[in-house]
Amino acid sequence: MSIKLEHINYIYGEGSASPIHATNDVSLEIKDGEFIGLMGHTGSGKSTLIQHLNGLIRPTSGNIYYNGKNTSDEDFSMKELRSKVGLVFQYPEHQLFEVTVFDDVCFGPKNLGLEKKEIEERAKHALQLVGLDESYYERSPFELSGGQKRRVAIAGVLAMDPEILILDEPTAGLDPKGRDEILDAIKLLHKEKNITIILVSHSMEDIAKYAQRIIVMDKGKVKFDGTPKEVFRHYKELEQIGLAAPQVTYIVHQLKEKGWNISTDITTVEEAKREILTIWKNRKNS
Amino acid sequence: MIRDITIGQYYAVDSPIHKLDPRTKLAGTMIYIISLFLTKGIIGYCIGAFFLLFIIRMSKVPLKYIVRGLKAIVILLLISVSFNIFLTPGEEIFQIWKLKATKEGLIIAVYMAVRLIFLIMGSSVMTLTTTPNDLTDGLEKSLGFLKKIKVPVHEIAMMMSIALRFIPILIEETDKIMKAQMARGADFETGGIIKKAKSMIPLLVPLFVSAFRRATDLAMAMEARCYRGGEGRTKMKPLKYKQRDYVAYTTLFVYFIIMIGVKYIK
Ligand SMILES: Nc1ncnc2c1ncn2[C@@H]1O[C@H](COP(=O)(O)OP(=O)(O)OP(=O)(O)O)[C@@H](O)[C@H]1O
Ligand SMILES: [Mg+2]
Repeated sequence: MSIKLEHINYIYGEGSASPIHATNDVSLEIKDGEFIGLMGHTGSGKSTLIQHLNGLIRPTSGNIYYNGKNTSDEDFSMKELRSKVGLVFQYPEHQLFEVTVFDDVCFGPKNLGLEKKEIEERAKHALQLVGLDESYYERSPFELSGGQKRRVAIAGVLAMDPEILILDEPTAGLDPKGRDEILDAIKLLHKEKNITIILVSHSMEDIAKYAQRIIVMDKGKVKFDGTPKEVFRHYKELEQIGLAAPQVTYIVHQLKEKGWNISTDITTVEEAKREILTIWKNRKNS
Repeated sequence: MIRDITIGQYYAVDSPIHKLDPRTKLAGTMIYIISLFLTKGIIGYCIGAFFLLFIIRMSKVPLKYIVRGLKAIVILLLISVSFNIFLTPGEEIFQIWKLKATKEGLIIAVYMAVRLIFLIMGSSVMTLTTTPNDLTDGLEKSLGFLKKIKVPVHEIAMMMSIALRFIPILIEETDKIMKAQMARGADFETGGIIKKAKSMIPLLVPLFVSAFRRATDLAMAMEARCYRGGEGRTKMKPLKYKQRDYVAYTTLFVYFIIMIGVKYIK
């Protein structure tokens, strides 16, 4: 289930007065089981890029290979691609339409043509994953709170049982607890089922905590692509394109300046804690 | 696909036509339409076409863009053309089943088609070169005299400008929801009429919900900024005729005289 992008360009409103070059010569390879964090300032082309990955938009130029098969081939099955690559849009709660929460989550698997029992099992499992219990099943999706709607919408995509799951800012506007719950559920999926995850987020902390690989977009181009440690080493350049490194990275940099013998590659609070504690212990002992 | 509809979509470039007062453009469009219905001869239509092309060239909107807007009326055009060809009595050209195509019908049909095409193109030039806000401002001011007979001109104009403003937003929203449902395996293309109609539900329900949400949000935002109708409301940019508007009116006048002239020459 690898996806390979080769020189992808996408232009909105081609031939209009002001065309927008949203992705510019993007080449990437996404391998099985990766957890990728995708970041970039507002309007850098993240949402555009991920829509290519399940064939919702076709590149203006360039090719996308999916397990070696070219998606622009005549006999390529988009339907199959979309059943394998789940995409949770920005503000997915706007896509809810059914009478009850449960029916809405069933919409995706129903479209796959599964049996009723299988559909219901998947829906139940998906709702459980996002932390909604049975008391929500028969409620109308329109009378839920924003965060609850978000969970229903995410469950709607999870129920399709995708092999690659792409989430476009799934936690925007959620409270810290809700955010952690959803991200932990995603992490669990990644670990247990070895699903490939692509997480678009503006939170450096979230990305540093969860992602194994970070892709940074700037003005439609891929600016950095590497492990969190590699990418956050460029924190000065990240700042120039409107991003930043996680807060702890700044702290360890300052500690280093103060003469501490601490690694500056630290990106998460847990790591920093461990590192600082070891340094303290060593100091006491000596 | 849905984005091809050009009516109500402003094409943002800087041109002499864009800079004209919206009232001038409204009057110009009216005069142009009237002139189309006054003439019948080939010469008249040639002048009409020439004038239209001249304006389009000046507006810097690509011709391709305006022609694309005609797609929306292709069916209407086909229906009215065939009605005219087959239902006008006169000299027979050919016959399909029981329907006779007549020479007179053909001529009327061609005239009609030309008129309709010019009419749509002419009005698209206006909507493409005028922002919806300017357009309704112009309408409000031009029809201001109706206030005397208790027609709520301002309210109608406001409603129109909001409606026009919402067209591209709703198109974008439709696009977004469609994509979101397609990502969940929805299929909007294949199947018979009933299946297609059914497949619209996942699109229409969220669309309506979002339209109502936007409407209430907008109403609230307007009230929060003390909007209470047209009474005593002043404009930030009051409309004022400039020299180029007088030039435009003169050109229109000359054009109109020529069109009338052409009609009586023969
Ligand atoms: N439907 C559209 N029509 C025209 N232009 C668009 C459309 N969607 C996005 N764009 C433009 O393409 C560029 C990239 O947009 P995109 O939505 O991919 O950015 P993004 O990185 O997802 O931003 P954000 O972080 O705000 O979600 C922007 O300049 C945007 O204005
Ligand atoms: Mg986005």
